[in-house]
Formats: sequence, C-alpha cells, structure tokens
Amino acid sequence: MNPIIRFENVTKRFGALTVLDNFNFEVQRGEKVTLIGPSGSGKSTVLRILMTLEPFQDGHLELDGTSYHEPNGRGPFKASEKHLHKIRCSVGMVFQSFNLFPHMTVLRNVVEAPVAVLKMKRDEAESRAIELLRMVGLSDKKDQFPSQLSGGQQQRVAIARALAMRPRVLLFDEPTSALDPQLVGEVLGVIRDLAHEHDLTMLLVTHEMRFAREVSDRVCFFDKGRIVEQGDPERFFSNPQQPRTREFLSSILGDQEPVRESLRCAL
Amino acid sequence: MMYGYAWDTSTPLTFALSILPILGIGLMVTLKAAAVGYAIALVFGLVLALLRRSRIKAISWTVACFTEFVRDTPLLVQLFFLYYVLPEFGIILPAFMTGALALGLQYSAYTSEVYRGGINAVPRGQWEAATALNLSRLQTYRDIVVPQMIPRIVPALGNYLVSMLKETPVLSVVTVLDMLGLANMIGERTFDYLVPLSMVGLIFLPMTLICSALIFAIERALPKSGIPLR
Ligand SMILES: Nc1ncnc2c1ncn2[C@@H]1O[C@H](COP(=O)(O)OP(=O)(O)OP(=O)(O)O)[C@@H](O)[C@H]1O
Ligand SMILES: [Mg+2]
Repeated sequence: MNPIIRFENVTKRFGALTVLDNFNFEVQRGEKVTLIGPSGSGKSTVLRILMTLEPFQDGHLELDGTSYHEPNGRGPFKASEKHLHKIRCSVGMVFQSFNLFPHMTVLRNVVEAPVAVLKMKRDEAESRAIELLRMVGLSDKKDQFPSQLSGGQQQRVAIARALAMRPRVLLFDEPTSALDPQLVGEVLGVIRDLAHEHDLTMLLVTHEMRFAREVSDRVCFFDKGRIVEQGDPERFFSNPQQPRTREFLSSILGDQEPVRESLRCAL
Repeated sequence: MMYGYAWDTSTPLTFALSILPILGIGLMVTLKAAAVGYAIALVFGLVLALLRRSRIKAISWTVACFTEFVRDTPLLVQLFFLYYVLPEFGIILPAFMTGALALGLQYSAYTSEVYRGGINAVPRGQWEAATALNLSRLQTYRDIVVPQMIPRIVPALGNYLVSMLKETPVLSVVTVLDMLGLANMIGERTFDYLVPLSMVGLIFLPMTLICSALIFAIERALPKSGIPLR
C-alpha cells in the first residue's frame, strides 16, 4: 500500500539556515509516529510543512498521492490557494499553545470550521461538536470561553476542534509542553484514546517518552534535520543503536525518573 | 436674518440666543459631514489596511505610498485639490460631498494605520489555527482577525472621531455652510464676530466631551477577547 505521507529529498531553508536537507520520510496509513529529538532539530518544521504553514524549497512531498507542489505552481508554496485548500482538507494540527479563538465559546470554536469550510448545517455541526466535546470530557464546558478553562481543558478543546474537520492525518506539536505537570495526563489520555482510531494517521512531537513508547507504532529520532534512528518503540527505547540516540535518551530520561525506571524494567 | 431667523443684537446674550437656531442648522451640517467622513474613514481605512497586506507587491506598495502621501499632507490642501481639480476631470460633486470625501480620505489614511496595528497585534498562532482549520483568507479576517482586533482599536478609532469632528470647520473654506461658515456670515453682516465665534466654540466643547465619554463607555463594554461578527 502507498504511504499516506511521503517526503522525498525535501529541502527546507530559512534564509541561509538549512533545516531539512534532502529529507526522506514515509508514514503509512493509520500509523502512529512519534518524533523526538533535541531542540532546533526540525521536528516542528516537518509538521508545519505538512500543515502548509511553511513552504519548502526543493524535493517532493505527497499526501495521499497528492503532491504539495503543483507543476506550474507559483509563490513560495508553488501551489495555488485552491490546491493548498484541498491538501488541508486531510490534515489537522494541534499546537503547543492551543491557539483557541478567545472570542468564541468552546462550542463555537469547534463549530466554526465545519460550518465555514465544510458548509455543514449549524445544528448538525453543533450536535457533532457536542459529541466530540463529550469524547474529550468537556461537554459541560461548551458555553464557556477559552480563558475560563485550564490549559489542559483548552488543549482538549483544541483536539476536538481539529477532529471536527475529520482529518485523515492529525499532527501534534508538543501538545503537553505548555501545561502544568498535573494537567498533562488528561491531555495524553485523550490522545491515547485517539490512537485507537484505526484509520487516523498521527504524527506526534513530544518529550513524554513513556507516552511515546505506549502509543506509537514507530519512534523517529531527529537530529540536525535528519532521522538518525527509528524503529518500533520497544526496540528503540530498550536498545538504541546510534550513540547520538543514546546520548539524547539518557539526557532526557534523566529528567524523567519514572520513565527510566520503566525502561529499566523492560530491559 | 438668515434661514428665516432674525437676530437681536441688543445685548450679547440676546444676540447669542437669537442666532442659536441658525447655528443649529450649521450644527446639523457639521454632524452630517463628520458622520459621512467617519463612515468613509472606517470602511475605506480597512480596505487600505487589507490591500496593504496584499501579497501582490504592486498593490501593497501603491497603497503604502497613497497612505503616506495623504497622512503627510495637510487636509486643507487635499480639500482644495478635490474641490478645484476634480471638476477639471469632469467630476463635479456638491461642496458638502467634496468636504466629507476629503475628511474621509484623510482619516482613512489614519484609520488604516490603526487597523494595520490591530491586525498585526493578533497573535500568529491565531492565523496558524485558522490555516490549520482550512479557513479561507476572507473567513480568517471576518471570523478570527477582525473580531479580535475590534476591542483593541476602538480607543484609537474613537480619538480620530473626536479630532475629525473638530476639523469639520475646515469645510467652510469650500463654501460649505457648517457652523463656522454660518457664524462667519453672521459676523460679516452684524460686524460682531465675537459672539457667533464664541458660540461655535461653546457648542463644540460639549459635543467632543460627549463623544469621548461615549467611546470610553463602548471601550469598557466590549469584551477584551473580541466580538464575533456573525
Ligand atoms: N520562522 C523561522 N525563521 C527562521 N528560522 C526558523 C524559523 N522557524 C524555525 N527556524 C529554525 O529552524 C530550526 C528548526 O526549528 P524547529 O522549530 O523545527 O525545531 P524543533 O525540532 O521543533 O525544536 P523545538 O524542540 O525547540 O520545538 C531551528 O534552528 C529554528 O531556529
Ligand atoms: Mg518545535
């Protein structure tokens, strides 16, 4: 079967800084992939390119068989607005800083895009939104404004909002990094439930190693815009091959004592 | 005698009271000019701000030059320009419309800067969330950006309403009979400028005060996070 995401020799530069250099990466349909790696290694950039928030300069990127660049595409994205619109129909994203719309109620946040973009009827969109909010455990908050919610609740709304667009690929960029430690669990719980969705392809950037190990089919270690090592989580965490991976894991696991414990048990 | 009202110059007080109805007619013209001018400034200013963000360089550049030019030249010059030069191109507008248009254009340049600041102040994450949800550019502005910038720009837009109101008398130089124009005429005929001109000043004072108070009240009443337009 064809991969749903295929980066082929993608090069991404910010001015003189080359963040991705001939980057190759594939994700299968329904696969749950975690990206880990040091700060500045290009993890967010990969997600942002997929979400069409950043253009890339060279190479080829496909989503479900559709190329991001058009043959005669113009502008930084080398594609028309219409083409980008079509690509975005299959992709959703959850941000580190939630980015809920502060002037809209929780319900309105979830309903906005299905009504505006998918042309769904408002009452239909609302009943679906309530369904999604129930799924993330927040149906009682539907008439609140984002500022009235905790960070963990806001992030769960953001997940419901992304799901309302029925994406086939869902991107998470450090969804729990902005949260107080005691709120991380509730968000991870929601993502864990989502990981059971068979058809949903998930790309997750996170520093929560135990969680990565638990939910993902594959872990990719990024360094300097390259995937240094990847593999199924059991093998990856218990027996990393590359020195760079070991170094990274020991540095990050130093901060996550329980994880180190659980890894030791696995060894 | 003017508009059917005679003046009584026996004492300054009777004079003042007797010309009050005449000045009242001028006041309506002043208010109408300010209203039309402000409406133009609010709408056209937003158009300018949006065009200035256009991805097409030729458009954003032209608009940038236009706003800079208008901002940096006196209103009076633009007023004369519209009043005397437009007719040479066959565009003949009533003096009132010319005046209101000049006010509107001048203040569009100001308000466009206010809008621009307001748009830039909307966090990048909001734009990115809108893109991730596949909202079009128009939908992003209408549903996300403009509603959030409204509470931020009300104070500055309000200040411009007050200063525009105070600048309306400039229209009298192109024969618009606003308050100042009428006061001037009364002065010419009675050889007493002190009373009519003082009256004009006295009428402006409460008007601008009321305006400022209104704007402050609106500012307080608006939710800080923004107001959905739909
Ligand atoms: N808009 C931008 N302009 C210039 N440079 C950028 C921009 N965005 C990212 N970069 C640079 O690109 C590199 C990769 O950034 P990226 O955000 O993808 O890293 P990351 O792996 O997500 O790191 P982190 O863990 O800190 O989020 C960094 O060196 C960063 O400074
Ligand atoms: Mg990042």
